[in-house]
This record gives sequence, structure tokens and C-alpha cells, in this order.
Amino acid sequence: MSILAIAYIMRQDKLSDAFFHRLGLLTLTWLIGPVGLVLSLPVSAVDDPSTADHSKFEQLQGPFADGPSVTKACLSCHTEAAKQLHKTTHWTWAFDNPVTGQKLGKKNVVNNFCVATASNWPRCTSCHIGYGWKDGKFDLTDETRVDCLVCHDTTGSYKKYPTGAGHPNYKPKKWPPKKGKVWPAPDLVKIAQGVGKPGRANCGACHFYGGGGDGVKHGHLDSSMLKPQKSTDVHMDVEGLNFNCQTCHTTGGHEIAGSRYAPDATDDQGIDVPGRTNNSRASCSSCHGTTPHGEAANPKLDQHTDKIACVTCHVPKFARGGRKTKMYWDWSTAGRKDQHGKPLVIKDAEGYDTYNFKKGDFRWEADVVPEYRWFNGEVGHQTIGAKIDDSGVVGINTISGTYDDPDSRIWPFKVMRGRQPYDKQNKVLAIPHLFGKDSDAYWKSFDWGRAIKAGFEATGQEFSGEHDFITTEYYWPVTHMVAPKEEALGCDACHARDGRLADVKGFYMPGRDRFEWLDMIGALMVLGTLGGVSVHGIGRILASIRRRNS
Amino acid sequence: MARTLLYSRFLRLWHWLQALLVITLLITGFEVHGTFALFGFEKAADYHQFAAWTLLGLWVAAWFWHLTTGEWKQYIPSKLGRLLAMMRYYGLGIFKGEPHPFHKDRWHRLNPLQRMAYLSLHVMIGPVIWISGLLYIFYPYWAEFGLAGLSLEPVALFHTIGAFLMLAFLIVHLYLALTTSEKPLGNLKEMITGYEEIEEQSAPDHSEGAA
Repeated sequence: MSILAIAYIMRQDKLSDAFFHRLGLLTLTWLIGPVGLVLSLPVSAVDDPSTADHSKFEQLQGPFADGPSVTKACLSCHTEAAKQLHKTTHWTWAFDNPVTGQKLGKKNVVNNFCVATASNWPRCTSCHIGYGWKDGKFDLTDETRVDCLVCHDTTGSYKKYPTGAGHPNYKPKKWPPKKGKVWPAPDLVKIAQGVGKPGRANCGACHFYGGGGDGVKHGHLDSSMLKPQKSTDVHMDVEGLNFNCQTCHTTGGHEIAGSRYAPDATDDQGIDVPGRTNNSRASCSSCHGTTPHGEAANPKLDQHTDKIACVTCHVPKFARGGRKTKMYWDWSTAGRKDQHGKPLVIKDAEGYDTYNFKKGDFRWEADVVPEYRWFNGEVGHQTIGAKIDDSGVVGINTISGTYDDPDSRIWPFKVMRGRQPYDKQNKVLAIPHLFGKDSDAYWKSFDWGRAIKAGFEATGQEFSGEHDFITTEYYWPVTHMVAPKEEALGCDACHARDGRLADVKGFYMPGRDRFEWLDMIGALMVLGTLGGVSVHGIGRILASIRRRNS
Repeated sequence: MARTLLYSRFLRLWHWLQALLVITLLITGFEVHGTFALFGFEKAADYHQFAAWTLLGLWVAAWFWHLTTGEWKQYIPSKLGRLLAMMRYYGLGIFKGEPHPFHKDRWHRLNPLQRMAYLSLHVMIGPVIWISGLLYIFYPYWAEFGLAGLSLEPVALFHTIGAFLMLAFLIVHLYLALTTSEKPLGNLKEMITGYEEIEEQSAPDHSEGAA
């Protein structure tokens, strides 16, 4: 049987014995090593130069009164651009989940950061790719409302003002208001004439600062990814591969590949070939294939790809770029004052707020070890008005997946935890009206009752009048900050009694699992045997001494 | 004093290589099992698999050798009386300084207890280990072998049972082999040289050997 099996595997060209594998390869490496070295020099992603110099365009000579005027000029040539954008999640902030049928998107979901966009529009929509979404009545069909510049500015001087509902400040203005630094008004003519393909800074302006600050939300996307070192992100390393976001998040007609709402947890299409596959490179296997580890590697590695997501080993920790990410946010403690009656802010040694009267208690972490779960790409999400079970921890989202499911892989997650307000009688997560000039806004009156009532009203719900705080958790699949291969996890990280997968159930894993009763019986048997032969041996020695003496 | 060949060259090679491999497998196997850390999981698993293939090859050769040379007959179980005599010796006679009830020769190198022990090693413990071990190694191909319904849990269970039995066997074997010879470490010397130095007076029964 064993010979047959060996023959079978040899035929499959997958000899299981790593040793022979390596021995053969070692010889090969000596022979072709120098050639391989030359061939493997990194090729930098080059910006492909534009065929148009926008500074020569009549339409862009200005002057421009505001953002929408620039958009009108853009659309006079790029006639379809706004129509394309109007279909994207970047614009609609709405997303129909094809797997679960849920209506998601920033417009519809609830999270455990600032909870919801509704009733807080002008603050939240400073990250919308449009102008003027200041309340629930924004016209999503107006083409001139599309902000071309936030993605296509190459000067680095275009910034949406944090409370401007998507507009930049057209006049110099301080941020934070009153005590902050002055933000100069952007030179719209210069910016419009300099447009080009989006760079990391364009995507990062929103995606690095989600949740209200640098690195707050994702933990694997923060400002360190603007010019990351190799150790932070092996693909975006400015001195190495120097990838842009779109190198992987392939674009077409302003649609961008990759989605956190409906991720592809198992891209088994392998290397992406035009015409044969989905033209999306937003997965590791799009470039690396499904057996990426190469002949020199332990064959066991390629045999793990059927159950382990690439990022599980290759993103050993997140928030590795020198920025912390927010791991915990407790709204229930917000509103405190210090002993002098002034609003309380407590900072840690590195200047991160650990308490802020506006928002409550925070916990920040850097170099975070992810939590691991089975995941098949199916995500259920809390949406506005959905009933919750307040008997335990409420999942802001719920991820699906099991060991037995061939579409599931073990994935790494940032799990954002916190406590947030909910309607205790109606059992619905509260939509707190946080931001605004009106006195109902929590950040004006610090009265949860009024803030929750206003938020519920803005979303067509009624508030019972009784609120409490409930613990929530939110799973964020970790996909960025891929480490150099030398820093990928080794076998011991998981194949150990208390390894990283200690809590991932449903299967037997060598090194982690055992039958405790068997180990107990086995140990007793071995010790019993040792004891038995020892007693026997000592008995013989004593008996022989006695015989000699007698 | 005469020198007789007890252990042929292949038998000695088999014995010592098997000893080395079994000890390697026990150490690396219990590391993979999570009992202790020595080489690190990856190296331990690699060494374990390499040693396993080598031992499987050796076992194939040894089975072939046993079957073609007739050596297998040396494992035919003894009659109960002889077994009891051996048990009486280890339980009583050995303390009294009585002579070994059996003497070994080329075709009777195992005493009745050894026959039983080695037979169960070859037809029970061995197969439990190599069948479960091969399943372990070919885990990624189970679906292709039509074993998709199997889970690793029972395979690991039997493999671990086999490992504990092997370890207990090794302990008893070392104790008896190293301490029960007439001359100190006589058995060890014999297993190295292959020859036994027979003393005329100690030959009560040549039908089944001792160790």
C-alpha cells in the first residue's frame, strides 16, 4: 500500500517528503542561482504617463468659485464620468449585498465608532466623494455634485473641510474651529490643471482616517501606508515594489475591485488572466495563484491554502506602521468634566486620547495580533432600526464560516469592541445625533436622551425614552500590511497548545489538540512501566546482595 | 567456548536502524503532539516524516526478509506452559539467581515472552502506527483517495495510542535487554557483534532462546 501511495504521489509530482524536495532543490539552486538572482530583481510599478496635459485645457483656466464649478468643467470632456460614479458605493453610500440581500452602505449600517451617518451628515460626508450632503435630502442624481478632485488631485493641496459636508474650505479657516491651525483655501485652478490618476494619498485621505482619525478604524490602513517601509507593507514599500492602491484594487469605469461588505474569502480562480478570470486583482491569489510558495518551500505550505487565508500567516500583526488603532470605544462614559469643571481629556504617553469627554473611553493598540475565525465571505450587518438581542454581546456584523465549508478559510480579524447606546424598550441600537449646531446634538448638550431622540427621528424611528449602553463587537477582515515573507508566521504560531488558533474550533490540529484522557492514560502507562522496571531491578539487586551474604 | 552466530547482518542493521528511527520518531512525534518543544514544530514534523518514510522502507525490507528466510517462524507463539515458565522466571527465579529457563540459538533467539511481545509489536502496534501515519501524511489527498468522510481526529487518536505503546515497549525492552544477560551488557554486545559466546554448562533447553 505504501509503495502504491508513493508512486501515486510521485506521479502527481508532489512528493510529500520535504527533505528530498529540498535536497534536490539545493543542488538546483547552486546551478541556476545567479540566473535566478538577476531574474528576480524587483520591478517598480511605473506611473504610466498621461496623454493629456490638463493645464493646457481651456475649460480649466478658471477661475472657479467652488468645487461643483470644477466638476462642470471636468464633465464637459469626461461626459460619462459622473454617471459612472453615481453607480458606485463611493457615491451612493448604499450597497445591496448579493449574498445576504441586505441593504448596506454607510447610509444604512450602524457601527461602533460614531454609530451612524444619519443626523450627522456634514461631519461624516467630509469623506463622501460629493459636495453638499448635509442632510437626508441630498440629491444623488446631480452630476455636478460629484467631487472629481478628492480622488484626482495630484498636488496634495486639496482637502475637504472636516465639517464641510464634502466641500473644501473656500476661504481660510481654522481646524479644529477657533483653536486649530488655519487651513488655506485650495487653489482650485492649479488643482484642476494638475489632475491625474489617484495616488495613495487620495485614497488614504478617507480610508486611512476612517472612524475619525489616523488608523482609528481599520488598523491595517493608516497614514504609515502613504510611504510604507518594506516591513510595514511588502507591496507598497516605496523603495521596493511601490504599488498603488489600484495595483490590486483594479478599476474600470470608476468601479473599484474589492469589498468589505461582500468579500471574496476564497479566490480559487488563481492567477488572474484577462478573458478567463474576473479581471480583479483584489486578492492575493490574483497574482500569486493558489499554490504560491514555490518548490523550495515546505510543501505543507501550499497544502494549507485550502483552509488558511494568505493573510492569516502573511499579516502576522496589524497596525505595524508606527500608528495605533482604536480597539475599544466605550460611549457610556462620555460627558465627564475634570475637577475644575472643564471637559475632560486624558491622553497616553504618545498623545492618544484614552478618554475624551465627547466620546468616552478608548483603548488604542499598535502591533496587534489579530483574532482568527472561519470565514466564507458572508457578512450579516446591523442596519438602522434592526432589532437586537440585548442579552449578550451584540454583533455589529456577524461573519459566517465553518471548517466543513469548502468556501471557508481561517481569516485574521481586527475585532472592534465597545459600548454604545440603545433603546432599552424597543431593543434597537440608538442612532445618536452627535454633530450639529442644534442643541439636540450630543456634542452640544451632552444629553443622551435628546441626542438619541433626534437621531431616531432623523431615521423615521421612535424613541421609547429609555436608553442604556450595550457591548458590541465588529469584525474587520485584515487584508493590508502584508509583511515580508521572512516575517510570516511559522508553524509554531498555530501548532501549539495556546497558539493563535486556540479558539478556532471544529477540527483537530496537531500540536494544539490532543485527547486529554489518552495523554493521561498514556502518561500513567509510561510512568507505570518505568516504575515497574525500576522496582523489578531494585528487587533483583537486593536479592542478589542477600544471596551473596547468605 | 564456541562462538555461534545469533544475529545475522541484516537483522542487526534492521534492529539498530529501527532503534534509531523509533527513538527519533518518539521525540519528534511527541513534539508535534505538543508535549514539549525542542526543534520547533516545522522541523519536528519534517524530521518525523523523513524518519517515518525511512522506517516504512525498512519495515518493507524486514517483512520481506522475515517471509523469505523463514525467520517469521521465530515469532510463532509458544505453548502456555513455556510462557508461564518465563513469567515465573521474571517474577521469581530471577530474584533467586536461578538460571534462565531457555537458551537461545540461531533459530530460537526469542524466549516465549519475547515471541508474544515482538509478534504483537509487528502485527499490532506497528500496523496501527503505520496505517494511521500514512493517513496522516496523505491527509491533503484524502478526497482523491475517496476518504473525504474521514476526519483527522480518529487518525490522530490511533497514532497517539500507537506512540504510547511503542514508548512503553521501548522502556521494557531496554530494561530487559540491558540487565538480564548472564554477563553484564552481554545482550548488547551480541546485538552489536552478532555472535554469542556459549558456555557449555548453561544449556538447559535449546528450543527457545533467552534475552
